[in-house]
Parts: sequence; structure tokens; C-alpha cells
Amino acid sequence: MATTTTTVPGAGPVAGSRSFLSRLREGDEIARMITFLFAASVVLVTVLLVFELWQGSALARHKFGFNFFLTSVWDPIFEQFGALPFIYGTLVTAAVSLLIAVPLGIGAAIFLAELAPARVSDTLEFFIDLLAAVPSVIYGVLGIFIVVPLMRQYVQPALKHSFGFLPLFQGPVYGIGFLTAGIVLAIMVIPYIISVSREVLLSVPREQREAALSLGATRWESTWKVVVPFARAGIFGSIFLALARALGETMAVTMVIGNTPKISASLLSPGYSIAAVIANEFTEATGELHTQSLIELGLVLFLLTFILNGLARLLIVATSQRGSGMGHV
Amino acid sequence: MRRIAGLSLVVLAVAGVLWADSTLSINGAGATFPYPMYSKWFDEYHKKNANIAINYQSIGSGGGIKQVTEGTVDFGATDGPMNDEQLKAYQDKHGFGILHFPTVLGADVPAYNIPGVTAELNFTQDAIAGIFLGKITKWNDPAIADPNKGVALPSNDIVVVHRSEGSGTTYIWTDYLSKVSDEWKTKVGKGASVNWPVGLGAKGNEAVAGTIKNTPNAFGYVELIYAIQNNMPYGRVRNSAGAFIKADLASVTAAAAGAAKNMPDDFRVSITDAPGKTAFPIASFTWLLIPQKFSDPAKRDAIKGFVKWMLADGQNYTEALSYAKLPKEVVAKETKALNNIQ
Amino acid sequence: MSARLRWRKFVSGFMLTMTGVCALVAVSVLFLILGYLVYHGGASINWNFFTKLPVPVGETGGGMANAIVGSGKLLLLATLFGVPIGFLGAIYLAEFSGGTTAFVVRYAADLLNGVPSIVIGIFAFSLVVHPFKHFSTFAGGFALGLMMIPITLRSTEEFLRAVPRALREAAMALGASKWKTIVTVIVPAAYRGILTAILLAFARVAGETAPLLFTALGNQFWSPGWQQPTASLPVMIYTYALAPYDDWHRQAWAAGLVLLGLILIINIVARAILSRGIAVPRT
Repeated sequence: MATTTTTVPGAGPVAGSRSFLSRLREGDEIARMITFLFAASVVLVTVLLVFELWQGSALARHKFGFNFFLTSVWDPIFEQFGALPFIYGTLVTAAVSLLIAVPLGIGAAIFLAELAPARVSDTLEFFIDLLAAVPSVIYGVLGIFIVVPLMRQYVQPALKHSFGFLPLFQGPVYGIGFLTAGIVLAIMVIPYIISVSREVLLSVPREQREAALSLGATRWESTWKVVVPFARAGIFGSIFLALARALGETMAVTMVIGNTPKISASLLSPGYSIAAVIANEFTEATGELHTQSLIELGLVLFLLTFILNGLARLLIVATSQRGSGMGHV
Repeated sequence: MRRIAGLSLVVLAVAGVLWADSTLSINGAGATFPYPMYSKWFDEYHKKNANIAINYQSIGSGGGIKQVTEGTVDFGATDGPMNDEQLKAYQDKHGFGILHFPTVLGADVPAYNIPGVTAELNFTQDAIAGIFLGKITKWNDPAIADPNKGVALPSNDIVVVHRSEGSGTTYIWTDYLSKVSDEWKTKVGKGASVNWPVGLGAKGNEAVAGTIKNTPNAFGYVELIYAIQNNMPYGRVRNSAGAFIKADLASVTAAAAGAAKNMPDDFRVSITDAPGKTAFPIASFTWLLIPQKFSDPAKRDAIKGFVKWMLADGQNYTEALSYAKLPKEVVAKETKALNNIQ
Repeated sequence: MSARLRWRKFVSGFMLTMTGVCALVAVSVLFLILGYLVYHGGASINWNFFTKLPVPVGETGGGMANAIVGSGKLLLLATLFGVPIGFLGAIYLAEFSGGTTAFVVRYAADLLNGVPSIVIGIFAFSLVVHPFKHFSTFAGGFALGLMMIPITLRSTEEFLRAVPRALREAAMALGASKWKTIVTVIVPAAYRGILTAILLAFARVAGETAPLLFTALGNQFWSPGWQQPTASLPVMIYTYALAPYDDWHRQAWAAGLVLLGLILIINIVARAILSRGIAVPRT
């Protein structure tokens, strides 16, 4: 059988220049089909997941329609389900966590990328990656036993004392609540911001820094006004990644947020998040409508994280390409 | 190396299959109210019958009802009896009914954590309803202070704690509140999961007790044994005869006296706000939910065997955990009702 | 030096020091967590913890033997389910697929990766628990396996692609068929990276709690076989931490230490494997 050389394997599709039978005989076609099946199963399972979420919430979607997102009553007895308190809680805790984690994270990333010698940077990065590996439930346990008492005894009374004129810091001091959940989340998402930002900062071409410095900028000015803006998109990407993680976080949040479906302007008050209410109520939602409303909440969460993750990837990829694509001298 | 890995996997799989056959595993889920009792019972029963392991998960009465209806567990447990709708839903789904079997008597007690106060407080019906409605917000409110002359109550804000999930303990508490407060009845109602006007949510009796213990000025309801086991002060409640009663074996048994004589056939009965001078007003039976038909005769026999043991020897373990025994009339009736399980 | 320059220099020094502080804060959190767990959990790690079953509520002296074994079984199932799909799927992406298919598969994997773990729990419940009418180790393993797939897939694909063309071409030149090249040359060349990917995926799901809440549920006894509910370390930690019993708290700390210790060790080992040099230099 005449065999022509195939195109370079491994970098793309198999050229069809060898006949089907020849490939079959050598087992390639079987290998291809088997691996294709496994790859396809990934797609299948993902599609199935979206389908299940969509189907499983059909009743609730038809009954409540768009009002689901505008009602704040969650009443299993009178079968009224509104998602607003959970969406509010999810967004507020995520916002608080970002407010804390972003400055800290970018600061740390700048240090690791710009200042620290390579070995120090790598070692510290190693530890940061370990921080990302700590399970959520352990953060929750530490939240209950360390953060909550600290908040209740020192931090929250202090905040109330100094800033109590703001509606943000009013109301009774429980220790648990939006602020505490936000702080625990901040600790959990910092590693993502640091590691991704550090990478994109490292990918900024040296020429940028050197140009700034040669124009007389101080080290900080060169970093803050030239390097960071250059990597801006990637840094935003890391923030979106962190946000997606914060939104979907279940265990740590449900252990410190207070599990109360109420909307309140005060960060000191207890609240609820989408993931937390699903975790608490799913196994015992009696009544189809209750269960389906919870699944609809899951669908909402899924869509939110899906959009954020997609945006994050776009931004990060764009920045890295931009960095590596810049002309080399 | 690869061969060893593959071989060990096969061995593990086979072992898994073989292991599966030696013990009869029965799964139940539901109320946290009787969980200390059940965990003791199932442990003892397993010691006496090593080949039967009854695994009970305390996920709340709501969970018990749901999962047994779904069929994902073999039996359920609840302190809020299934209502007619839920019974019908079960019947429709399975083609046969589900039976309630009372196991013990327990009580919801008002537990609190007031800095500097270790005394036993007296709570009137209006005080409790007012606190949980959010109308009474401070510990030194007259509604609370008046029946407790001699106790210095601080002016701190009350931190209400309730259950975050579907709970029979909640059912008992709200059942009581609906009986003693018209406002509660119309505004909130009774149920395993209600729209709480105020308060923090915690999962299970365990977490409510934990939250009360850790939060100053907290006030919540837990089953009696949780308050005792955790050295939490709990108050007396005024009953329908006007007396402030502390929850204990005697007062809980007294609450069930009337029901014992007039127990309906399906065992669903509420004994909150029971008549009687010494009756504790927030007491309740708690039930096992057992399907009427079992496709697996081994499971059926194991469960029936357990219930028989529970009605006889099992009752001897209850008082050590501050649950009251079932009245004799109820035990007799239940023993007969066991025959309905096929 | 003008005043303005002095100021700028001061700001520069100050801000850069602040970034150092940020990094220090971030890293010290890790040691704080470890320290706290060691301090509180270290005392409670005793023989009982590893060998005894939980005792009835309110009594002391119980352990988490069944949770440890349960977690082991769950993770074994997860690996058996997730790794082959991720690994073989990655081979398809790296060696066989065309542009569009690759894009779709990668997109699906990324989507799956971003799904919050509680939603995976819902999915596993409706797919496995509900139809089969059983909470089970199998359902829990399935849920965790789902989470392992994307990590394994993407990382393995990357490492396979990184194998230099020269190796492939050499194999082809010697007359090896495609699949033989993959099995005997490419995969062994990338094995370090692939192993790392599997280990990291394993460590990631080892600590997951939410998906197990609706699938494996829990068990106070040993869980026989694969079809019964099972206790697991993360769920036990969750349950015990929320409860009011001091004995349970101590056990939760101990379990947290064991779990975190396991995860950290796997992470460290994985990175060590990778950094010892990939068998083939990256281009």
C-alpha cells in the first residue's frame, strides 16, 4: 500500500492521506474513536448538567417568571419564593471580599513580580498556591472559631463606634453576617488574584519598564503608571476569576453568614447567599415548587459564574498575548 | 508496577462487593430533635445485632419527610407529623401509605445566653411570641422582666436564633405559638419552615445550640437534651393553667396524659399547650415514618424488629437523655400497629 | 535634589514597602491557618481518632475511622471516573482532533470547571441519587469525579502538546503508528506533568464538601460496598464544627489537620515532581 508521509502529528488534525483501512489496521482509528468518545463525554456531561438545571427549574420559572428576581419573600408555607435576598447576599459578600482582596492581592502581586528576587518570588508563590488549596470547609471552621469572635468582640463594635453614622455599620453586633462572610471570602480569593496578576505582570516586556525608568520615573511610578496599566486586562481577568470563586463558595459562607433571608443595608447584619440556601434547604425542600426554586437559584449561580469565567479568560489571554507579542529588540 | 496497581484495584472492587453483603444496611434520615436518643438507640441495637446497621442522619424533619417520600431512605423521622397533603403525596407516589410511630416524648425549651444571668427565667406566652415576632427587642422589656422580679436583666438587644431548615422542632415551637398568639397565627403560621420575622438561622438543633452558646444575648429554642448536654440555661414557660413549668420528665409526661388516652389510630397528635396544672406546654411526641410496604423482606423485618425493641428495652434508655417514655397505652397501640407493615 | 523629587522617591519607597507588606500578609495567613490547626487539632489526634467509629451524641471517645475510609473510597471512585475521561480526552485533543472539536471540548471543560460545587451536587443528586433511590458512595464519587475531569483534561493536554515535535517525528520515522507513538513515546515523555495534574485534581476534590451533602450524605457506621451512604472527612468537619459539643469540636480540628495535611503534602509532592524537570525540555 502506498503510504505518503502524514503531516506533523500532534499539532493538529490527522491528515487523511493514509487510507481508513490502513489506519484501522494499525489501531489508530480505534484509538481515535476511543479517545473521541471520552472527549465527547465531557461535552455530553456538561450539556446534561445545563439541561438538568433548566428542566429541574421549569415549574418555578413558569410560575414566577421574572418576578423571581424581584421578590424578597422566601416562604415555604405559603409557597412564595423570591430570589432577591440571596442574590443580594451573594453580591454583597462578593463585593466586600473583593474590596479587601483586590488591593492586597495586587499589592502582593506587584511585590512578587517587580521587587522580589526570582527565588523569593517563586517560594512565596509556592506558599500562595498552597493557600489556594485549603478546602472551603476549613476556612469555614476557622471563620467560626477565630474570625467570628474577633468580629463580635473587637472589630464590629469598633466599626459601629467610629462609623455608626453610616447605614453600613448599624444594627446589633452578632459577629456573623455579611462583613464576616466577606472577610473570610477575601482570604479565600486572594491567592487567585495574586497568582494570575503576578503572571501577567511578569509577562509585561522589560522594555516597558526600562522606557519609563529611562524617562526618570521612580520605581513605583514605572510600576504603577506603566507596567500595571499594560497588564490591566489580565489583572481584571484575575479579579473576575476571584469573583467567580467568591460567588460560588458554599461552605465557608454558610457557616458565617447567619442564614437569614433578609436584605439589609448594614454589613453587620446576617444574610444569606444562593449557595448557602441551596446547601441548607435542598435535601428537605418539601414540595416541588420549593425544590425547583432552589434549582432555579442554582441555575442563576451557574450563569453568573459562567459569564464571569468566560470574561476572565478572554481578558487574561488577551493580556498575555499582548505581552508576548510586543516587539523584541 | 502497573500490574500491581491493576490487581489491587480488582481486589478492592471484589472486596467492596463482598463486604456489601455481610451487613444489612438500613438508612433513615430526619429530625434532629430526637437525634441524641436515636444515635444511642441505633448504636445499642447494632451492638446487640451486629449484622444490622441502622444509619440515621439528622438532617431535619423536613428532610426526613422529603427523603422518605422520594424513597432515597428506608425510613424517616419527624417531630412535625406529616399533614394530609404530604400523606396523600406519599400514597400517590408509592401506591401505599406511610405510618407514624411515636418513639419518645421531648420538649422544646427556650434557651438563652444572657451575660451575667444564670437564673432560670420565667417566660409568659406573650413574651415568647413578642420576642419571636420582633416586637420585644430588649432583655429588660417589662414583658420579660415582670415575671422575673429579682433578676437583673440587661438592656441589651435580644439575638433571636431559629432553625434555617425544615425542622420538626420548629413545627412544635410554631404550633405552640400559633395556639397562644393570634398575631403569630395569622402573620407567620405553623410549619416546619416558616418566614421568620427576626433572627439568625442555624442548621439543626446542634447548630442552634452552638449559636446560642457562642452569641451573647441569644435566645432560641432547642430540644431539652441539647440545653442540658451543653449546660445552657433554659427558662420555664407558663402553661394554660397559668403556672410556670420547667421542662422535665414529669412535666412532659403530664403533657401527654390526655393524648395517651385518646390517641388517634394514625398516632398524629399535637400536645402543645396541653391542659393540666403540671403540664409543660411545649412538649411533643416524635415519630418514625415507616412505609407500609417493603419490597425487601429483610429490611422490613429488621425495621419491625427494631421498633419492637425500641418499644420494650429501648424505652429504658430514654430517661438518661431526658426524653420521657411513651405512655403504656401508646406502646400497646403501636405494637398492634406494627402488623400493618407488610 | 528638589523637594518634588524627594517626595516622589519617598512615595516610591513607601508604596513598594506596602506591596511587601501585602505579600507578607497573604503568606502569613497560610501559616496562621496551619499553626491554628496544629495547635488545636494536634492534641486531639490520637489512636481513637483513626480507629474508632463515632459514638452517640454527647458521649466522648469516638473517632472518625469511617470518615477516613469513606473519603478514601470516594476519592478512589472520583479518580477512577474523572482521570480516564480527562486523560483520554486530552489525548484526543492533543493528538487527533480538529480545530472546532477541540474548541468545543475545551469550552465544555472550562464550563464544567467553573460550575460551583454545590451545583455539581444538585446535578449528581438528580442524575444518580434520585433515579436509583439511594444516597451512595457511588453518587459522591461521581460528583467528585466530575470536578476532576476539567483539571485533568486541560493540564494533560498542555503537557502532551509540550512534547517536542522531534520526538514524534522520530517515532514516525521508525514506522510507529499513531497510537503506538502516543503510548510509548509521547505519554511517557509527558508523564511528570500528567502525574502532577492528576495529583492536583485529586487534592482539589479531597476537600470538597458541598457536593457530598446531597450524594454521600453520611453514616455513623462503616459503609459497606459502594451503594450505601458514607461518612467523609469534610462533611464530618462541617457537622462537628457547627455543633455545640466540645468533644466534637476537638475532633473537627483533628480532622481538619489531617485533611489539610494530606492536601498540602499532595500539592508539595506534585510541584516537586514537576520542578525536578520535565523529562523533555519545554520549547
